[in-house]
Amino acid sequence: MKFTKFLAAAVMTGVMASPVFAATELTVYTAVEAEDLKKYAERFNEDHPDININWVRDSTGIVTAKLLAEKENPQADVIWGLAATSLLLMKSEDMLEPYAPAGLDGLDSKFRDKSEPPTWTGMDAWVAAICVNTVEAEANNLPMPASWQDLTNPVYKGHIAMPNPNSSGTGFLDVSSWLQIFGEDDGWAFMDGLHQNIHHYTHSGSKPCKQAASGEVAIGVSFAFRGAKSKADGAPLEIIIPSEGIGWDMEATAIVKGTDNMEAAKTLVDWSITDKANMMYNEGYAVIGKQALAKPVEHFPSNIPESMIDNDFEWAANNRKRILAEWQKRYDSKSEPKS
Amino acid sequence: MSQSEPYLKIGNLTKRFGDFTALSDVTLAVFEGEFVCFLGPSGCGKTTLLRAIAGLDIQTYGTVDQAGRDVSSLPPAERDFGIVFQSYALFPNLTIEKNIAYGLENLKQPASKIRDRVAELLQLVGMPEQGKKYPAQLSGGQQQRVALARAIAISPGLLLLDEPLSALDAKVRVKLRHEIKELQRKLGITTIMVTHDQEEALTMADRIVVINNGLIEQVGTPEQIYREPATRFVADFIGSMNFLPATKVSKNKVRIGQLEFSCSDAAGSAEITPDQPVHAAIRPEDILVGDASSNYIDATVDSIEFLGSFVRADLSSPQLDGLILLADFSANRVRSENLSAGSHIRISLPAESLLIYAE
Amino acid sequence: MLVFMGVIACYLVVALALPLYAILSKSFKNNDGEFVGLANYLEYFNTPSLTYSIQNSLTISIITTLISVTIAFTLAYGLSRSCMRLKGLFKIIALVPILVPSLLPGIALVYLFGRQGLIKELLFGHDIYGPIGIVISEVFFTLPHALIIIMTALSIADARLYEAAQSLNAGKVKTFFTVTLPGARYGLISAGFVVFTLTITDFGAPKVIGGDFNVLATDIYKQVIGQQNFEMGAVVSLILLLPAGVAFTVDRIMQRKQVALLSARAVAYEPKPSTSFDWIMFSWATIVSIFILTILGTCQYAALIKFYPYDLTLSLKNYQFDLMDGGGWESFYNSLELACWTAVIGTVLVFLGAYMVEKGKGFHLGRSLFQFLAMLPMAVPGLVLGLAYIFFFNSPNNPLNFLYHTMAILVISTVTHFYTVAHLTAVTALKQMDPEFESVASSLKTPFYRTFTRITVPVCLPAILDISIYLFVNAMTTVSAVVFLYGPHTSLASVAVLNMDDAGDIAPAAAMGMMIFYTNASVRILHGLLSRGVLRKTQSWRSR
Ligand SMILES: Nc1ncnc2c1ncn2[C@@H]1O[C@H](COP(=O)(O)OP(=O)(O)O)[C@@H](O)[C@H]1O
Ligand SMILES: [Mg+2]
Repeated sequence: MKFTKFLAAAVMTGVMASPVFAATELTVYTAVEAEDLKKYAERFNEDHPDININWVRDSTGIVTAKLLAEKENPQADVIWGLAATSLLLMKSEDMLEPYAPAGLDGLDSKFRDKSEPPTWTGMDAWVAAICVNTVEAEANNLPMPASWQDLTNPVYKGHIAMPNPNSSGTGFLDVSSWLQIFGEDDGWAFMDGLHQNIHHYTHSGSKPCKQAASGEVAIGVSFAFRGAKSKADGAPLEIIIPSEGIGWDMEATAIVKGTDNMEAAKTLVDWSITDKANMMYNEGYAVIGKQALAKPVEHFPSNIPESMIDNDFEWAANNRKRILAEWQKRYDSKSEPKS
Repeated sequence: MSQSEPYLKIGNLTKRFGDFTALSDVTLAVFEGEFVCFLGPSGCGKTTLLRAIAGLDIQTYGTVDQAGRDVSSLPPAERDFGIVFQSYALFPNLTIEKNIAYGLENLKQPASKIRDRVAELLQLVGMPEQGKKYPAQLSGGQQQRVALARAIAISPGLLLLDEPLSALDAKVRVKLRHEIKELQRKLGITTIMVTHDQEEALTMADRIVVINNGLIEQVGTPEQIYREPATRFVADFIGSMNFLPATKVSKNKVRIGQLEFSCSDAAGSAEITPDQPVHAAIRPEDILVGDASSNYIDATVDSIEFLGSFVRADLSSPQLDGLILLADFSANRVRSENLSAGSHIRISLPAESLLIYAE
Repeated sequence: MLVFMGVIACYLVVALALPLYAILSKSFKNNDGEFVGLANYLEYFNTPSLTYSIQNSLTISIITTLISVTIAFTLAYGLSRSCMRLKGLFKIIALVPILVPSLLPGIALVYLFGRQGLIKELLFGHDIYGPIGIVISEVFFTLPHALIIIMTALSIADARLYEAAQSLNAGKVKTFFTVTLPGARYGLISAGFVVFTLTITDFGAPKVIGGDFNVLATDIYKQVIGQQNFEMGAVVSLILLLPAGVAFTVDRIMQRKQVALLSARAVAYEPKPSTSFDWIMFSWATIVSIFILTILGTCQYAALIKFYPYDLTLSLKNYQFDLMDGGGWESFYNSLELACWTAVIGTVLVFLGAYMVEKGKGFHLGRSLFQFLAMLPMAVPGLVLGLAYIFFFNSPNNPLNFLYHTMAILVISTVTHFYTVAHLTAVTALKQMDPEFESVASSLKTPFYRTFTRITVPVCLPAILDISIYLFVNAMTTVSAVVFLYGPHTSLASVAVLNMDDAGDIAPAAAMGMMIFYTNASVRILHGLLSRGVLRKTQSWRSR
């Protein structure tokens, strides 16, 4: 009877599972913005038509969670476009295959894992920013903030959204950078003040900016890339780079240990640091792994590179659990104390 | 098969549902071509026995032999019977023809043969024109006929009927009684019918099996069952009966109130020892006006109830210590004797009608 | 026959019992898989931000239950006891929320009452993100479920009781409290428990409109998806299982009592016209209908607006799902595929299973066990089931591991998630069949499978079609179980709604939600036409 069941299941999957192509199928986990995925795959296929990318796209937190959940039985072959802090976490769990892709020397030394050979290589930097809806700000008589500290001003009470660091890579980036900018104690004090003004925490890092774009909140703590996109769509947004400096993270690439498609995986990772790939990243991101190739990006504030703090990824990754627990203890029941 | 070798033999059959014993130690023989009725109150185990015979609910112990074959543990499909239920259980989505042909289609017969057989059966149950209809379009009586036709379509050796008429109204019921009996006689098929309706059993059966509480009380012809009920239960269950507390005096003598009466020694009263308290029983219609036998009493008519062709009278007598006797008199008799409430009459209880049952 | 029963029992064991065991044992282990006893539970109860959610969940569920059952009862009362006009239309509108994912009302509320809301003034400055928004969404989502149950309860009312009350000179109000309410009490209680269970286990509404108001269902999601804390996710799951299980058990007991009430022979009640009463009821039904249609209409409007609220020109830009999170148009086609497979495989499995339970002989223990397994899914929230599947199917030493991330596992989880209602529908249909069909057939020496295909299936065809549409619609709308299980090629429309909303692409989320609605509505209509066609052909025997 068990066997019959097994057979039935086998037949069922046989019927339903994806059709098998002659080309190599590569399962690639990513947190790259959905609208860019097609472009990334197409550009890659221009050079390597024999490798077919199956994207698994989700927000940073979810992709990280998925990868960790599947630790015993990895489903992904390659990770292309996930926060470096997440990859560091995976590295500590020994889930990544060390590999030095061809052309590694051309890459900015910040944009690679420090191990030799590295377990991951960076693509572009993704930087924190404040999205302010100018229409809403005016309607509510809100001054334009210029720094992080400005956000603790009581005039903003109930007007700010920011991502929950527990689920969003951007959220964690914000929190870990504040702790580095202000130091532990002042950092938490700053967040205590900010918390008073927060209307809600979102699950995803781009949502606060999208909500600011549509006027659901006046101010969204998010990242610059998202703000620039929304601005291009016609949103009445101002993208602010706070004066204290901004946290940032890299989108990075790595091979998952135990992949059955090592050759194809290496091919993809090699390609991911080529000049062509870097120029592709540059279409949306101002700061890329090969910064020499970078051109200015529309709607991006120009002062980004100099505002980026000297982010200590190892520190962030190593203290991730502690920081998140502390954050959760302090703020993750936002609506409770109100009533 | 000869008359001496039964067609169906049930041996020491017991059926339990959990702790509850629905049938205990039932032994019974049914002869070929016989029409046997299982009669008893609701819940006594009639259906259980029928289903055991069919193999639909296998018995806990005991054997069932059919046509010389031990079928005790065979599934229904390997036995040889047709069955009709109270609900008819006609397949609602099939036409009458298809219903009747349902069993035939398994026999791998050519379609034309099946068609002929179905037509023949429809003719047999008197519904030649209705084959294309669906069961819901027929009356209850017609549905019952179809169910019967379907059951006998495959020419089974045994026909089982479980309360086939009890869902019908009185007129149709009487009509169908005759039709079923007629059909059974024509086909000569051994038939067992379950019923709780004594009239049905008395009019239709060759032999009646009276069941109570999972036990067989009596097996006999309708005549025997009626005239010589073997137990007090049967006497009470079939027809109406006066029961009078009494004391047995000797083999053929019983004392009721202050009087001694001769009585029948049938109905197992032989085992009753003298001086034992007993019940004397007599049917109301067996009480006669006048002193036709030595068992007479003088009684008063307390009340009279007119019931159409006869009259039921409540009688009492000081000699009977206030016991009440019910007696049925023909309407003519009442007129000729000029009986009314308050009349004094002499009645007799014929000895052969006066039965004795242990208390 | 026994083999079939064994196969389906094995299905339930593999698809339900073993995963549930996996999640249970996970809650007693630490990250490295070592047994730690109650440590996770202790940690849970010592984390106030987590335990607050219990209170929140209960509060939301109780308030929703009171409101939803009240609305459903008054509406059902109007539909069955008044002579108002347009009853049929009102009934159809009231049942529409069944066809949409529970995320949709939340999205509509953002457009209606959010900061840029069309009618935000109606909230008098209150914030829609939080308990208010959750409760409104849940009322929308649970209303049809409550309505169906209460309508049934009211429809069995005995007209003779009303005549008796009238002859005793009881006034309208007194009659209502002495006859109507007691008659419908089991229905009300049952509806209450169903609404409570649906609300406390729902994840869509709090996810979209809950803001920072945490409830148990979103906690599970956050623990697992946000924090990768699977053990804590398992703990919260089991805590969520508790109230859902209790509500389910009490409801079963109530329903058994109601059956007793049902079996009494009653004379159907015929309402008599009464101008004022009919008018009040008509107005009320209109208000409820407007509420429902407003939610749907808002979503459709939002989906067609280019860039709300700054550019109100109409456009189809929000339908470019391929540019958004959630898997694009592929996810919509995947949902269709899932719904079809679920409807087909689920119906076959459920009906065969119910047939074995109802018509099988002997093996009482086995059949009772099967019956229990068939009832269990109702008490298991979808999120819990989904999480349990991760633990069970993605464990590398499970030979069924190959199912992970396939369409097959989505089908299995969805069939299992919605097994109970489908099973009960099948059992009810089978119970209505004459129990002697099988006896007659065996006396006619017909093998059981032949009777099954020629009699049982055709006679039960209406119920079979009902089951298939039920499974289809739910497979289109469900989020909770599948949100943990979809893979690279198997993202789903309902999950896309969630993910797009999550990413702030709320208009596309509304657009996709409405795609689900239109699909379900068309399939419903098609199913109506088709089954009328099929039924006319096969069920002509029903007419006299
Ligand atoms: N499947 C069953 N389980 C338990 N008890 C049963 C079952 N079938 C019958 N009984 C009990 O056995 C007794 C005899 O039933 P039945 O043979 O149907 O009576 P009847 O003489 O009215 O046909 C009844 O008390 C009934 O309740
Ligand atoms: Mg019976």
